[in-house]
Amino acid sequence: MEFFLVTLLNSLSYGLLLFMLSSGLTLIFSMMGVLNFAHASFYMLGAYFAYQIGAYTGFWIALFLAPLVVGVIGAFTERFGLRAVHRFGHVAELLFTFGLAYVIEEVVHLVWGRAPVNYRIPERLDFTLFTLFTTQYPAYRAFMMLVSVVMLITLYLLLTRTRVGLIVQASLTHPSMVEALGHNVPRVFMFVFAGGCALAGLAGVLGGNMFITEPGMAFAVGSIVFVVVVFGGMGSLVGAFIASLIIGAIQTFSVALNLSLLDFLNLFGLSISEDSFWHSGLSITISQTAPVLPYLLMVLMLIVRPRGLMGNRET
Amino acid sequence: MTDPILVVSGLHAYYDKSHILNGVDLSVGSGEIVSLLGRNGVGRSTMIKAIMGQVIRSGSIQFKGEAIESLPTYQISRRGLGYVPENREIFPDLTVRQNLLLGIKSGRASSRWSERDMYNLFPRLEERVNAPAGVLSGGEQQMLTLCRTLMGDPDLIMIDEPTEGLAPKIVEQMAGLFEEISSRGISILLVEQKLTIALKISNRVYVMGHGNIVFHGTPEELDANATVRQEWLEV
Repeated sequence: MEFFLVTLLNSLSYGLLLFMLSSGLTLIFSMMGVLNFAHASFYMLGAYFAYQIGAYTGFWIALFLAPLVVGVIGAFTERFGLRAVHRFGHVAELLFTFGLAYVIEEVVHLVWGRAPVNYRIPERLDFTLFTLFTTQYPAYRAFMMLVSVVMLITLYLLLTRTRVGLIVQASLTHPSMVEALGHNVPRVFMFVFAGGCALAGLAGVLGGNMFITEPGMAFAVGSIVFVVVVFGGMGSLVGAFIASLIIGAIQTFSVALNLSLLDFLNLFGLSISEDSFWHSGLSITISQTAPVLPYLLMVLMLIVRPRGLMGNRET
Repeated sequence: MTDPILVVSGLHAYYDKSHILNGVDLSVGSGEIVSLLGRNGVGRSTMIKAIMGQVIRSGSIQFKGEAIESLPTYQISRRGLGYVPENREIFPDLTVRQNLLLGIKSGRASSRWSERDMYNLFPRLEERVNAPAGVLSGGEQQMLTLCRTLMGDPDLIMIDEPTEGLAPKIVEQMAGLFEEISSRGISILLVEQKLTIALKISNRVYVMGHGNIVFHGTPEELDANATVRQEWLEV
Protein backbone atom coordinates (compact mmCIF):
# COMPACT_ATOMS: atom_id res chain seq x y z
CA MET A 1 0.00 0.00 0.00
CA GLU A 2 2.78 2.38 0.96
CA PHE A 3 4.68 1.51 -2.20
CA PHE A 4 1.59 2.01 -4.30
CA LEU A 5 0.62 5.39 -2.85
CA VAL A 6 4.14 6.83 -2.95
CA THR A 7 4.75 5.61 -6.50
CA LEU A 8 1.35 6.93 -7.54
CA LEU A 9 2.22 10.39 -6.21
CA ASN A 10 5.61 10.26 -7.94
CA SER A 11 4.04 9.17 -11.21
CA LEU A 12 1.50 11.98 -10.95
CA SER A 13 4.16 14.65 -10.51
CA TYR A 14 6.22 13.16 -13.36
CA GLY A 15 3.14 12.83 -15.58
CA LEU A 16 2.18 16.47 -15.00
CA LEU A 17 5.72 17.51 -15.89
CA LEU A 18 5.47 15.47 -19.10
CA PHE A 19 2.20 17.24 -19.90
CA MET A 20 3.86 20.62 -19.52
CA LEU A 21 6.24 19.52 -22.28
CA SER A 22 3.80 17.66 -24.49
CA SER A 23 1.05 20.31 -24.35
CA GLY A 24 3.31 22.84 -26.07
CA LEU A 25 4.53 20.30 -28.59
CA THR A 26 1.05 19.15 -29.50
CA LEU A 27 -0.30 22.73 -29.79
CA ILE A 28 2.54 23.65 -32.13
CA PHE A 29 1.96 20.51 -34.15
CA SER A 30 -1.80 21.09 -34.51
CA MET A 31 -1.34 24.65 -35.59
CA MET A 32 1.65 24.49 -37.89
CA GLY A 33 1.72 20.82 -38.82
CA VAL A 34 5.33 20.73 -37.68
CA LEU A 35 6.68 18.27 -35.16
CA ASN A 36 9.21 20.43 -33.35
CA PHE A 37 12.28 18.23 -32.86
CA ALA A 38 13.93 20.97 -30.82
CA HIS A 39 11.11 21.08 -28.26
CA ALA A 40 13.01 19.17 -25.60
CA SER A 41 16.02 21.41 -26.24
CA PHE A 42 13.92 24.31 -24.95
CA TYR A 43 13.26 22.17 -21.87
CA MET A 44 17.01 21.83 -21.44
CA LEU A 45 17.53 25.58 -21.93
CA GLY A 46 14.94 26.22 -19.21
CA ALA A 47 16.97 24.14 -16.76
CA TYR A 48 20.31 25.75 -17.66
CA PHE A 49 18.89 29.27 -17.63
CA ALA A 50 17.29 28.65 -14.23
CA TYR A 51 20.64 27.38 -12.96
CA GLN A 52 22.47 30.42 -14.36
CA ILE A 53 19.93 33.10 -13.48
CA GLY A 54 19.34 31.45 -10.09
CA ALA A 55 23.04 31.79 -9.29
CA TYR A 56 22.54 35.58 -9.27
CA THR A 57 18.92 36.04 -8.25
CA GLY A 58 17.95 32.88 -6.41
CA PHE A 59 15.44 30.22 -7.49
CA TRP A 60 12.19 32.17 -7.24
CA ILE A 61 13.08 34.89 -9.71
CA ALA A 62 14.67 32.29 -11.99
CA LEU A 63 11.40 30.34 -11.89
CA PHE A 64 9.72 33.26 -13.70
CA LEU A 65 12.60 34.63 -15.72
CA ALA A 66 13.99 31.42 -17.24
CA PRO A 67 10.72 30.34 -18.99
CA LEU A 68 10.28 33.93 -20.16
CA VAL A 69 13.74 34.00 -21.76
CA VAL A 70 13.10 30.58 -23.34
CA GLY A 71 9.77 31.91 -24.66
CA VAL A 72 11.49 34.92 -26.23
CA ILE A 73 14.05 32.63 -27.89
CA GLY A 74 11.10 30.54 -29.12
CA ALA A 75 9.43 33.64 -30.59
CA PHE A 76 12.63 34.57 -32.44
CA THR A 77 13.01 30.98 -33.64
CA GLU A 78 9.53 31.07 -35.17
CA ARG A 79 9.72 34.60 -36.56
CA PHE A 80 13.15 34.46 -38.15
CA GLY A 81 13.71 30.72 -38.58
CA LEU A 82 10.61 28.62 -39.11
CA ARG A 83 8.68 31.34 -40.94
CA ALA A 84 11.54 31.78 -43.38
CA VAL A 85 11.67 28.08 -44.26
CA HIS A 86 7.87 27.67 -44.20
CA ARG A 87 7.52 28.28 -47.96
CA PHE A 88 9.77 25.28 -48.65
CA GLY A 89 7.27 22.94 -46.98
CA HIS A 90 7.05 20.74 -43.91
CA VAL A 91 10.18 18.72 -44.63
CA ALA A 92 12.29 21.88 -44.58
CA GLU A 93 10.63 22.94 -41.31
CA LEU A 94 11.25 19.52 -39.80
CA LEU A 95 14.91 19.61 -40.82
CA PHE A 96 15.20 23.12 -39.40
CA THR A 97 13.99 22.04 -35.95
CA PHE A 98 16.19 18.94 -36.16
CA GLY A 99 19.25 21.08 -36.85
CA LEU A 100 18.24 23.53 -34.15
CA ALA A 101 18.25 20.73 -31.55
CA TYR A 102 21.90 20.01 -32.41
CA VAL A 103 22.82 23.69 -32.38
CA ILE A 104 21.29 24.16 -28.92
CA GLU A 105 23.07 21.08 -27.62
CA GLU A 106 26.41 22.35 -28.92
CA VAL A 107 25.81 25.79 -27.43
CA VAL A 108 25.10 24.14 -24.08
CA HIS A 109 28.36 22.16 -24.42
CA LEU A 110 30.27 25.36 -25.18
CA VAL A 111 28.81 27.46 -22.39
CA TRP A 112 28.29 24.98 -19.55
CA GLY A 113 30.47 22.04 -20.59
CA ARG A 114 29.65 18.37 -20.93
CA ALA A 115 29.39 17.50 -17.25
CA PRO A 116 26.17 17.98 -15.23
CA VAL A 117 25.85 21.38 -13.53
CA ASN A 118 25.08 21.82 -9.87
CA TYR A 119 21.47 22.96 -10.23
CA ARG A 120 19.96 22.21 -6.84
CA ILE A 121 16.53 22.23 -5.28
CA PRO A 122 16.11 25.54 -3.39
CA GLU A 123 16.73 25.25 0.33
CA ARG A 124 13.32 26.56 1.25
CA LEU A 125 11.71 23.63 -0.56
CA ASP A 126 14.25 21.02 0.47
CA PHE A 127 12.33 19.42 3.32
CA THR A 128 9.91 16.59 3.96
CA LEU A 129 6.35 17.71 3.43
CA PHE A 130 4.72 14.69 5.07
CA THR A 131 5.48 11.12 5.97
CA LEU A 132 3.38 8.47 4.30
CA PHE A 133 3.66 5.32 6.44
CA THR A 134 7.46 5.25 6.53
CA THR A 135 8.24 7.20 3.34
CA GLN A 136 9.17 10.86 3.59
CA TYR A 137 7.57 12.80 0.76
CA PRO A 138 9.72 15.71 -0.47
CA ALA A 139 8.12 19.15 -0.57
CA TYR A 140 9.69 19.92 -3.94
CA ARG A 141 7.72 17.16 -5.67
CA ALA A 142 4.52 18.61 -4.24
CA PHE A 143 5.63 22.05 -5.43
CA MET A 144 6.20 20.64 -8.93
CA MET A 145 2.67 19.28 -8.92
CA LEU A 146 1.26 22.58 -7.68
CA VAL A 147 2.98 24.60 -10.42
CA SER A 148 1.89 22.04 -13.05
CA VAL A 149 -1.73 22.14 -11.92
CA VAL A 150 -1.76 25.96 -11.83
CA MET A 151 -0.27 25.96 -15.34
CA LEU A 152 -2.85 23.42 -16.51
CA ILE A 153 -5.78 25.47 -15.21
CA THR A 154 -4.32 28.70 -16.62
CA LEU A 155 -3.84 27.11 -20.03
CA TYR A 156 -7.37 25.74 -19.99
CA LEU A 157 -8.92 29.09 -19.00
CA LEU A 158 -6.77 30.95 -21.52
CA LEU A 159 -7.83 28.66 -24.36
CA THR A 160 -11.52 28.43 -23.53
CA ARG A 161 -12.44 31.73 -21.87
CA THR A 162 -10.51 34.41 -23.73
CA ARG A 163 -10.84 35.81 -27.22
CA VAL A 164 -7.18 35.06 -27.91
CA GLY A 165 -7.82 31.47 -26.81
CA LEU A 166 -10.73 31.18 -29.25
CA ILE A 167 -8.55 32.52 -32.06
CA VAL A 168 -5.88 29.95 -31.17
CA GLN A 169 -8.44 27.13 -31.03
CA ALA A 170 -9.90 28.11 -34.40
CA SER A 171 -6.41 28.47 -35.90
CA LEU A 172 -5.57 24.91 -34.83
CA THR A 173 -7.89 23.56 -37.50
CA HIS A 174 -8.64 26.42 -39.94
CA PRO A 175 -5.74 28.90 -39.98
CA SER A 176 -6.50 30.33 -43.43
CA MET A 177 -10.15 30.99 -42.54
CA VAL A 178 -9.16 32.70 -39.29
CA GLU A 179 -6.80 34.93 -41.24
CA ALA A 180 -9.54 35.72 -43.77
CA LEU A 181 -11.62 37.01 -40.82
CA GLY A 182 -8.94 39.62 -40.19
CA HIS A 183 -6.87 37.99 -37.45
CA ASN A 184 -3.10 38.17 -37.66
CA VAL A 185 -2.52 34.42 -37.80
CA PRO A 186 1.27 34.59 -38.37
CA ARG A 187 1.51 36.49 -35.09
CA VAL A 188 -0.76 33.94 -33.37
CA PHE A 189 1.61 31.22 -34.65
CA MET A 190 4.55 33.07 -33.17
CA PHE A 191 2.89 33.45 -29.77
CA VAL A 192 1.79 29.82 -29.67
CA PHE A 193 5.30 28.68 -30.57
CA ALA A 194 6.76 31.01 -27.94
CA GLY A 195 4.19 29.88 -25.37
CA GLY A 196 4.92 26.21 -26.09
CA CYS A 197 8.65 26.85 -25.68
CA ALA A 198 8.07 28.79 -22.46
CA LEU A 199 6.07 25.85 -21.07
CA ALA A 200 8.93 23.52 -22.01
CA GLY A 201 11.29 25.98 -20.32
CA LEU A 202 9.16 25.96 -17.16
CA ALA A 203 9.23 22.15 -17.18
CA GLY A 204 13.03 22.43 -17.45
CA VAL A 205 13.21 24.78 -14.47
CA LEU A 206 11.20 22.31 -12.37
CA GLY A 207 12.63 19.07 -13.74
CA GLY A 208 16.26 20.20 -14.01
CA ASN A 209 16.89 20.21 -10.28
CA MET A 210 14.51 17.34 -9.51
CA PHE A 211 16.37 15.06 -11.89
CA ILE A 212 19.64 16.18 -13.49
CA THR A 213 20.78 19.14 -15.60
CA GLU A 214 23.22 17.92 -18.25
CA PRO A 215 23.54 18.16 -22.05
CA GLY A 216 21.95 14.73 -22.59
CA MET A 217 18.71 15.69 -20.83
CA ALA A 218 17.03 16.98 -23.99
CA PHE A 219 17.56 13.73 -25.84
CA ALA A 220 16.49 11.64 -22.84
CA VAL A 221 13.21 13.46 -22.28
CA GLY A 222 12.59 14.34 -25.94
CA SER A 223 11.94 10.79 -27.04
CA ILE A 224 9.51 10.23 -24.15
CA VAL A 225 7.61 13.40 -25.05
CA PHE A 226 7.25 12.17 -28.63
CA VAL A 227 5.86 8.91 -27.27
CA VAL A 228 3.34 10.91 -25.22
CA VAL A 229 2.22 12.99 -28.19
CA VAL A 230 1.90 9.99 -30.53
CA PHE A 231 0.16 7.90 -27.85
CA GLY A 232 -2.26 10.68 -26.94
CA GLY A 233 -2.96 11.56 -30.56
CA MET A 234 -1.14 14.22 -32.53
CA GLY A 235 -2.71 17.59 -31.94
CA SER A 236 -4.98 16.66 -29.03
CA LEU A 237 -4.44 18.47 -25.73
CA VAL A 238 -6.77 16.14 -23.82
CA GLY A 239 -5.02 13.15 -25.40
CA ALA A 240 -1.63 14.55 -24.41
CA PHE A 241 -2.87 15.02 -20.83
CA ILE A 242 -4.15 11.45 -20.50
CA ALA A 243 -1.07 10.03 -22.25
CA SER A 244 1.27 12.05 -20.00
CA LEU A 245 -0.33 10.57 -16.88
CA ILE A 246 -0.32 7.02 -18.32
CA ILE A 247 3.29 7.14 -19.55
CA GLY A 248 4.33 8.87 -16.31
CA ALA A 249 2.70 6.06 -14.30
CA ILE A 250 4.16 3.30 -16.47
CA GLN A 251 7.67 4.71 -16.21
CA THR A 252 7.49 5.35 -12.49
CA PHE A 253 5.87 2.06 -11.54
CA SER A 254 8.01 -0.05 -13.85
CA VAL A 255 11.36 1.20 -12.53
CA ALA A 256 10.15 0.50 -9.00
CA LEU A 257 8.90 -3.04 -9.64
CA ASN A 258 11.62 -5.61 -9.19
CA LEU A 259 9.45 -8.53 -10.22
CA SER A 260 9.96 -10.93 -13.10
CA LEU A 261 7.78 -13.50 -14.87
CA LEU A 262 9.73 -16.10 -12.95
CA ASP A 263 8.44 -14.67 -9.66
CA PHE A 264 4.94 -14.74 -11.10
CA LEU A 265 5.29 -18.42 -12.04
CA ASN A 266 6.71 -19.19 -8.61
CA LEU A 267 3.53 -17.75 -7.16
CA PHE A 268 1.67 -20.67 -8.75
CA GLY A 269 4.22 -23.17 -7.58
CA LEU A 270 5.91 -23.46 -10.95
CA SER A 271 9.67 -23.33 -10.96
CA ILE A 272 12.11 -23.32 -13.85
CA SER A 273 15.62 -24.53 -13.29
CA GLU A 274 18.54 -22.22 -13.90
CA ASP A 275 19.83 -24.55 -16.63
CA SER A 276 16.62 -24.13 -18.62
CA PHE A 277 16.68 -22.28 -21.93
CA TRP A 278 13.81 -20.05 -20.73
CA HIS A 279 15.35 -19.14 -17.39
CA SER A 280 17.33 -16.08 -18.46
CA GLY A 281 14.45 -14.66 -20.46
CA LEU A 282 11.86 -15.18 -17.75
CA SER A 283 14.07 -13.76 -15.02
CA ILE A 284 14.19 -10.28 -16.60
CA THR A 285 12.54 -7.94 -14.10
CA ILE A 286 9.96 -5.28 -14.99
CA SER A 287 12.41 -2.59 -13.85
CA GLN A 288 14.93 -3.91 -16.39
CA THR A 289 12.37 -3.46 -19.18
CA ALA A 290 11.35 -0.01 -17.92
CA PRO A 291 13.27 2.03 -20.50
CA VAL A 292 11.68 0.19 -23.42
CA LEU A 293 8.09 -0.01 -22.13
CA PRO A 294 6.91 3.46 -23.31
CA TYR A 295 8.20 2.76 -26.83
CA LEU A 296 6.57 -0.65 -26.83
CA LEU A 297 3.33 1.02 -25.87
CA MET A 298 3.74 3.54 -28.68
CA VAL A 299 4.33 0.79 -31.24
CA LEU A 300 1.26 -1.06 -29.96
CA MET A 301 -0.80 2.12 -30.22
CA LEU A 302 0.41 2.74 -33.77
CA ILE A 303 -0.62 -0.79 -34.76
CA VAL A 304 -4.02 -0.79 -33.03
CA ARG A 305 -5.04 2.87 -33.37
CA PRO A 306 -2.67 4.92 -35.53
CA ARG A 307 -4.32 8.24 -34.69
CA GLY A 308 -3.64 7.77 -30.98
CA LEU A 309 -6.03 8.00 -28.03
CA MET A 310 -7.80 11.24 -28.94
CA GLY A 311 -6.18 12.34 -32.19
CA ASN A 312 -8.21 13.16 -35.25
CA ARG A 313 -5.54 12.63 -37.87
CA GLU A 314 -4.79 9.30 -39.44
CA THR A 315 -1.05 9.88 -39.62
CA MET B 1 -22.04 50.75 -62.52
CA THR B 2 -21.75 52.91 -59.39
CA ASP B 3 -18.31 54.07 -58.17
CA PRO B 4 -16.11 50.99 -58.19
CA ILE B 5 -15.15 49.58 -54.79
CA LEU B 6 -13.09 46.72 -56.27
CA VAL B 7 -11.13 46.89 -59.50
CA VAL B 8 -9.15 43.86 -60.62
CA SER B 9 -7.00 44.12 -63.70
CA GLY B 10 -4.68 41.67 -65.41
CA LEU B 11 -4.94 39.16 -62.56
CA HIS B 12 -2.93 35.96 -62.91
CA ALA B 13 -3.06 33.19 -60.30
CA TYR B 14 -1.17 29.95 -59.85
CA TYR B 15 -1.44 26.70 -57.91
CA ASP B 16 2.12 25.42 -57.78
CA LYS B 17 3.04 25.35 -61.48
CA SER B 18 -0.54 25.40 -62.81
CA HIS B 19 -1.53 28.73 -64.30
CA ILE B 20 -5.21 29.14 -63.32
CA LEU B 21 -6.13 32.77 -64.07
CA ASN B 22 -4.86 34.37 -67.27
CA GLY B 23 -5.07 38.11 -66.79
CA VAL B 24 -8.63 38.59 -65.53
CA ASP B 25 -10.29 42.05 -65.42
CA LEU B 26 -13.29 42.55 -63.15
CA SER B 27 -14.90 45.30 -61.13
CA VAL B 28 -17.61 45.64 -58.48
CA GLY B 29 -19.42 48.92 -57.77
CA SER B 30 -20.49 50.23 -54.37
CA GLY B 31 -23.67 48.51 -53.22
CA GLU B 32 -23.73 46.34 -56.31
CA ILE B 33 -24.43 42.61 -56.50
CA VAL B 34 -22.14 41.07 -59.12
CA SER B 35 -22.20 37.37 -59.97
CA LEU B 36 -19.30 35.35 -61.28
CA LEU B 37 -20.65 32.42 -63.25
CA GLY B 38 -19.10 29.47 -65.02
CA ARG B 39 -18.67 25.74 -64.88
CA ASN B 40 -16.66 23.93 -62.23
CA GLY B 41 -12.91 24.26 -62.57
CA VAL B 42 -12.81 27.44 -64.68
CA GLY B 43 -11.16 29.45 -61.89
CA ARG B 44 -14.04 31.24 -60.13
CA SER B 45 -13.06 30.18 -56.60
CA THR B 46 -9.40 30.82 -57.40
CA MET B 47 -10.41 34.34 -58.44
CA ILE B 48 -11.79 35.05 -54.96
CA LYS B 49 -8.85 33.36 -53.25
CA ALA B 50 -6.46 35.42 -55.35
CA ILE B 51 -8.21 38.65 -54.32
CA MET B 52 -7.96 37.50 -50.66
CA GLY B 53 -4.25 36.74 -51.06
CA GLN B 54 -4.61 33.02 -50.45
CA VAL B 55 -2.95 31.86 -53.67
CA ILE B 56 0.12 33.07 -55.55
CA ARG B 57 -0.97 35.91 -57.83
CA SER B 58 0.21 38.83 -59.90
CA GLY B 59 -1.62 41.78 -61.42
CA SER B 60 -3.40 44.75 -59.94
CA ILE B 61 -6.15 44.67 -57.28
CA GLN B 62 -7.54 48.01 -56.07
CA PHE B 63 -9.94 48.03 -53.12
CA LYS B 64 -11.50 51.37 -52.15
CA GLY B 65 -8.79 53.03 -54.22
CA GLU B 66 -5.91 51.28 -52.47
CA ALA B 67 -3.60 48.66 -54.00
CA ILE B 68 -4.02 45.46 -51.95
CA GLU B 69 -2.26 42.90 -54.17
CA SER B 70 0.83 42.72 -51.99
CA LEU B 71 -0.93 42.73 -48.59
CA PRO B 72 -1.27 39.63 -46.40
CA THR B 73 -4.78 38.12 -46.10
CA TYR B 74 -5.57 39.51 -42.65
CA GLN B 75 -4.70 43.04 -43.76
CA ILE B 76 -6.96 42.70 -46.81
CA SER B 77 -9.77 41.51 -44.54
CA ARG B 78 -9.22 44.40 -42.12
CA ARG B 79 -9.66 46.88 -44.98
CA GLY B 80 -13.24 45.68 -45.34
CA LEU B 81 -13.18 42.68 -47.67
CA GLY B 82 -15.24 39.78 -46.39
CA TYR B 83 -14.87 36.20 -47.64
CA VAL B 84 -17.30 33.31 -47.29
CA PRO B 85 -15.56 30.18 -48.60
CA GLU B 86 -17.16 27.41 -50.57
CA ASN B 87 -16.56 24.65 -48.03
CA ARG B 88 -18.00 26.80 -45.22
CA GLU B 89 -15.08 26.30 -42.86
CA ILE B 90 -16.97 26.80 -39.63
CA PHE B 91 -14.95 26.11 -36.47
CA PRO B 92 -16.65 22.83 -35.51
CA ASP B 93 -15.52 22.58 -31.87
CA LEU B 94 -16.53 26.13 -31.00
CA THR B 95 -20.12 27.09 -30.27
CA VAL B 96 -22.30 29.04 -32.70
CA ARG B 97 -21.85 32.17 -30.59
CA GLN B 98 -18.06 31.74 -30.40
CA ASN B 99 -17.97 31.35 -34.19
CA LEU B 100 -19.86 34.62 -34.55
CA LEU B 101 -17.62 36.44 -32.08
CA LEU B 102 -14.54 35.38 -34.03
CA GLY B 103 -15.95 37.26 -37.00
CA ILE B 104 -15.52 40.56 -35.14
CA LYS B 105 -12.22 42.22 -35.96
CA SER B 106 -10.03 43.32 -33.07
CA GLY B 107 -10.08 47.03 -32.34
CA ARG B 108 -13.23 47.85 -34.34
CA ALA B 109 -15.46 50.29 -32.45
CA SER B 110 -18.70 50.08 -34.39
CA SER B 111 -20.30 47.79 -36.93
CA ARG B 112 -23.31 47.86 -39.21
CA TRP B 113 -24.24 44.46 -37.79
CA SER B 114 -24.84 43.29 -34.25
CA GLU B 115 -25.09 39.77 -32.89
CA ARG B 116 -28.83 40.46 -32.44
CA ASP B 117 -29.17 41.26 -36.17
CA MET B 118 -27.82 37.80 -36.98
CA TYR B 119 -30.37 36.09 -34.75
CA ASN B 120 -33.15 38.21 -36.27
CA LEU B 121 -32.04 37.17 -39.75
CA PHE B 122 -31.68 33.51 -38.80
CA PRO B 123 -33.69 32.63 -35.65
CA ARG B 124 -32.41 29.06 -36.01
CA LEU B 125 -28.93 30.26 -35.04
CA GLU B 126 -30.24 31.76 -31.80
CA GLU B 127 -31.92 28.48 -30.91
CA ARG B 128 -28.58 26.72 -31.25
CA VAL B 129 -26.38 29.49 -29.91
CA ASN B 130 -24.53 27.29 -27.40
CA ALA B 131 -24.31 24.18 -29.58
CA PRO B 132 -20.97 23.23 -31.16
CA ALA B 133 -21.05 24.47 -34.74
CA GLY B 134 -19.99 21.03 -35.97
CA VAL B 135 -23.42 19.54 -35.20
CA LEU B 136 -25.37 22.07 -37.31
CA SER B 137 -26.96 21.04 -40.60
CA GLY B 138 -25.38 22.12 -43.89
CA GLY B 139 -27.86 24.98 -44.30
CA GLU B 140 -27.33 26.20 -40.75
CA GLN B 141 -23.57 26.06 -41.22
CA GLN B 142 -23.91 28.16 -44.37
CA MET B 143 -25.94 30.76 -42.45
CA LEU B 144 -23.34 30.76 -39.69
CA THR B 145 -20.44 31.26 -42.11
CA LEU B 146 -22.20 34.17 -43.75
CA CYS B 147 -23.17 35.77 -40.42
CA ARG B 148 -19.64 35.28 -39.08
CA THR B 149 -18.24 37.26 -42.01
CA LEU B 150 -20.94 39.95 -41.65
CA MET B 151 -19.94 40.42 -37.98
CA GLY B 152 -16.62 41.75 -39.32
CA ASP B 153 -18.55 44.60 -41.00
CA PRO B 154 -17.22 44.20 -44.55
CA ASP B 155 -17.86 46.78 -47.28
CA LEU B 156 -17.65 44.07 -49.94
CA ILE B 157 -18.46 40.45 -49.27
CA MET B 158 -17.30 37.67 -51.61
CA ILE B 159 -19.44 34.55 -51.32
CA ASP B 160 -18.38 31.28 -52.92
CA GLU B 161 -21.18 28.88 -53.94
CA PRO B 162 -23.47 29.69 -51.00
CA THR B 163 -26.42 27.67 -52.22
CA GLU B 164 -24.61 24.47 -53.15
CA GLY B 165 -26.27 21.42 -51.62
CA LEU B 166 -28.96 23.45 -49.84
CA ALA B 167 -32.71 22.82 -49.80
CA PRO B 168 -34.74 25.11 -52.14
CA LYS B 169 -36.40 26.86 -49.19
CA ILE B 170 -33.04 27.82 -47.67
CA VAL B 171 -31.77 28.91 -51.09
CA GLU B 172 -34.71 31.29 -51.29
CA GLN B 173 -33.93 32.57 -47.79
CA MET B 174 -30.32 33.12 -48.85
CA ALA B 175 -31.33 35.14 -51.90
CA GLY B 176 -33.48 37.33 -49.65
CA LEU B 177 -30.53 37.83 -47.32
CA PHE B 178 -28.26 38.95 -50.16
CA GLU B 179 -30.75 41.64 -51.05
CA GLU B 180 -30.93 42.68 -47.38
CA ILE B 181 -27.12 42.90 -47.22
CA SER B 182 -27.05 44.93 -50.41
CA SER B 183 -29.72 47.31 -49.07
CA ARG B 184 -27.31 48.22 -46.25
CA GLY B 185 -24.84 49.51 -48.84
CA ILE B 186 -22.62 46.42 -48.89
CA SER B 187 -21.37 45.16 -52.25
CA ILE B 188 -21.53 41.46 -53.05
CA LEU B 189 -19.38 39.39 -55.39
CA LEU B 190 -21.19 36.10 -55.73
CA VAL B 191 -19.77 32.92 -57.20
CA GLU B 192 -22.77 30.87 -58.30
CA GLN B 193 -23.75 27.93 -60.43
CA LYS B 194 -27.49 28.39 -60.10
CA LEU B 195 -28.24 30.72 -62.98
CA THR B 196 -31.77 31.51 -61.82
CA ILE B 197 -30.66 33.08 -58.54
CA ALA B 198 -27.78 34.96 -60.11
CA LEU B 199 -30.01 36.41 -62.81
CA LYS B 200 -32.68 37.35 -60.29
CA ILE B 201 -30.59 39.27 -57.76
CA SER B 202 -27.51 40.53 -59.66
CA ASN B 203 -26.89 43.98 -61.10
CA ARG B 204 -24.21 42.62 -63.42
CA VAL B 205 -22.81 39.21 -64.29
CA TYR B 206 -19.45 37.89 -65.45
CA VAL B 207 -19.03 34.49 -67.08
CA MET B 208 -15.69 32.73 -66.76
CA GLY B 209 -14.16 30.08 -68.99
CA HIS B 210 -10.63 28.65 -69.02
CA GLY B 211 -9.23 31.22 -66.58
CA ASN B 212 -10.61 34.23 -68.47
CA ILE B 213 -13.76 36.36 -68.54
CA VAL B 214 -15.75 35.30 -71.60
CA PHE B 215 -18.84 37.43 -71.04
CA HIS B 216 -19.69 40.56 -69.10
CA GLY B 217 -23.06 42.30 -69.01
CA THR B 218 -26.41 42.67 -67.30
CA PRO B 219 -28.55 39.65 -66.34
CA GLU B 220 -30.94 40.59 -69.16
CA GLU B 221 -28.10 40.58 -71.70
CA LEU B 222 -26.98 37.14 -70.53
CA ASP B 223 -30.53 35.85 -70.59
CA ALA B 224 -30.78 36.99 -74.21
CA ASN B 225 -27.42 35.52 -75.22
CA ALA B 226 -28.11 31.83 -75.85
CA THR B 227 -24.66 31.23 -77.37
CA VAL B 228 -22.78 32.20 -74.21
CA ARG B 229 -25.16 30.24 -72.01
CA GLN B 230 -24.85 27.11 -74.15
CA GLU B 231 -21.09 27.29 -74.61
CA TRP B 232 -20.02 28.33 -71.12
CA LEU B 233 -22.77 27.63 -68.65
CA GLU B 234 -25.09 24.81 -69.54
CA VAL B 235 -24.00 21.29 -68.76
